Amino acid sequence: MMNNSETPSLIFQGVKIIDTFAEAFPITGTRVIVTAVSREWAFIAATTSTGYASSVIGCDTEAGIERELSPDETPDGRPGFSLLFFAFSREALQKAIVARVGQSILTCPTTACYNGLPIDPSRAIQIGGMLRFFGDGYQTSKLLDGKRYWRIPVMDGEFVCEDKFGTVKGVAGGNILILATTQALALQAASRGVAAARKVPDVLLPFPGGVVRSGSKVGSKYKKLKASTNEAYCPTLRAIAASQLDPNVSAVYEIVIDGFSREAVEAAMKNALHAACGEGVECISAGNYGGKLGPVHIRLSSLIS
Amino acid sequence: MIRLSYLSSSKIPLEAECITPDFFLGKTYSEISKLPVFDGNRKCELGQFFSISGTMDDDSILIENDCSNVKLIGSRMTRGKIEVLGNVGMHLGAGISGGSILVRGSATDWVGAEMKGGTIEILGDAGHLIGAAYRGASVGMRGGNLIIHGSCGNEVGSHMRRGLIAIGKNVGDFVGMGMIAGTIITAGSVGIRAGAEMKRGTLVFLTERPALLPTFRFSCDYDPAFLTIYFNKLKQFNFPLLNTISPWSRYCGDLISLGRGEILCKAN
Repeated sequence: MMNNSETPSLIFQGVKIIDTFAEAFPITGTRVIVTAVSREWAFIAATTSTGYASSVIGCDTEAGIERELSPDETPDGRPGFSLLFFAFSREALQKAIVARVGQSILTCPTTACYNGLPIDPSRAIQIGGMLRFFGDGYQTSKLLDGKRYWRIPVMDGEFVCEDKFGTVKGVAGGNILILATTQALALQAASRGVAAARKVPDVLLPFPGGVVRSGSKVGSKYKKLKASTNEAYCPTLRAIAASQLDPNVSAVYEIVIDGFSREAVEAAMKNALHAACGEGVECISAGNYGGKLGPVHIRLSSLIS
Repeated sequence: MIRLSYLSSSKIPLEAECITPDFFLGKTYSEISKLPVFDGNRKCELGQFFSISGTMDDDSILIENDCSNVKLIGSRMTRGKIEVLGNVGMHLGAGISGGSILVRGSATDWVGAEMKGGTIEILGDAGHLIGAAYRGASVGMRGGNLIIHGSCGNEVGSHMRRGLIAIGKNVGDFVGMGMIAGTIITAGSVGIRAGAEMKRGTLVFLTERPALLPTFRFSCDYDPAFLTIYFNKLKQFNFPLLNTISPWSRYCGDLISLGRGEILCKAN
């Protein structure tokens, strides 16, 4: 295997950019608006409902906070957060969100939950319409301008949840790999990249803090595992595995990006790549599986031209 | 835009249910002027009572002069827009299922009776039985928005099933009588027996808590998040929303009926 010093590359802002591509794949996504009486309670609902949702390899959905919303931006005039959820199908997405809203938002004091996308009836998923049964017959609904809002009685008043949520066919798995001389500088670069990527609307960085340290490859020597550590990018294995790392690289971080469109993911990758280039960053690459896994190929060279 | 100017000063009511974008669409002047109307019980032509000008290029109709005696304008329309610069007669927009009607004057009884969709906005007052069911019918308004900036008479929203009625000033007796579902918001004073026999639905009284029927029972004071969605909707119509801060008192009723309705009014 060639390491990164031998593969074709470009130079951008003094950093080597490997001439490769991020391999992404289609995924179904939706936007959930959660509100509460205060920013604090809305944040609690947002974080708990999007927890344990970093990768569909091991979670029912990829989810996270897109951005904070001011009271002027929410349907009920209260503080809120915009959450993005992604799954392989509408059925899987509905199942995951019903469970997460039911367990983590409905249960959270003063919250309400609204759809954040235009609704195409043929592609909508039902959330409030499933959760309403918790009302045990005491639930009521309001229909205004074609949108149905379920009102479910709870112990601090009522939980309001929109009946249907729109979905879009998006793109998951956009990514860049940041290879740096030290762990500290690699993390600084990754943090810069995350902050820049998050400025793009319609994208989600599903991993903790937006950064992945455990880049994976498909499969494992253990048959039960679908994915395992990517030894080619582990600096501690450089001496014993087929490494992709130059001798002066001591740490690698990955930024993974899902989005509602290829354009949004590309824009976020571009922002991340540009922001990550800096002190101690030796090289930026991208994860792919030779083009066999996903049909969406985003070339790093297109992000620096 | 087709422009209609009402020419008659007769006190005999004119039934002109042909005045809708649906009827006018694709017709020439002469065809429009020959559309049937009833002057009392006498069948006539629209052109005998209105001067007609303009074209139907943008699906809209503008009506000028005082049409207080013209009934059924916009009834059963499904599309387009009607704007009336003066007053209108009974049954405005009755059975409408789409499009919008704006009246810059006042209307009388049965505005939006049994309407199914669309929007009716009246900048002045309206009469009795707004959005109501016709006598003998079991269901009144079934959808859409009915916005009255002035005052209304009795039995507003009688037997309504769905939709929004908002009244900027005062409303008479029996508002929401026999209501099946839907929402009525009033910003002024309220007559007696509000919500009598309502099964479900919501009555929101922004400025005063009227004497409620004994078959309404207090539940709690709370902050219903869904109300803001309605208030935001009403802001689109410059509706007077001076007193929308929580908490709200919730009364459930009418307990002689199903009892799943609610009256929301300002908590003390």
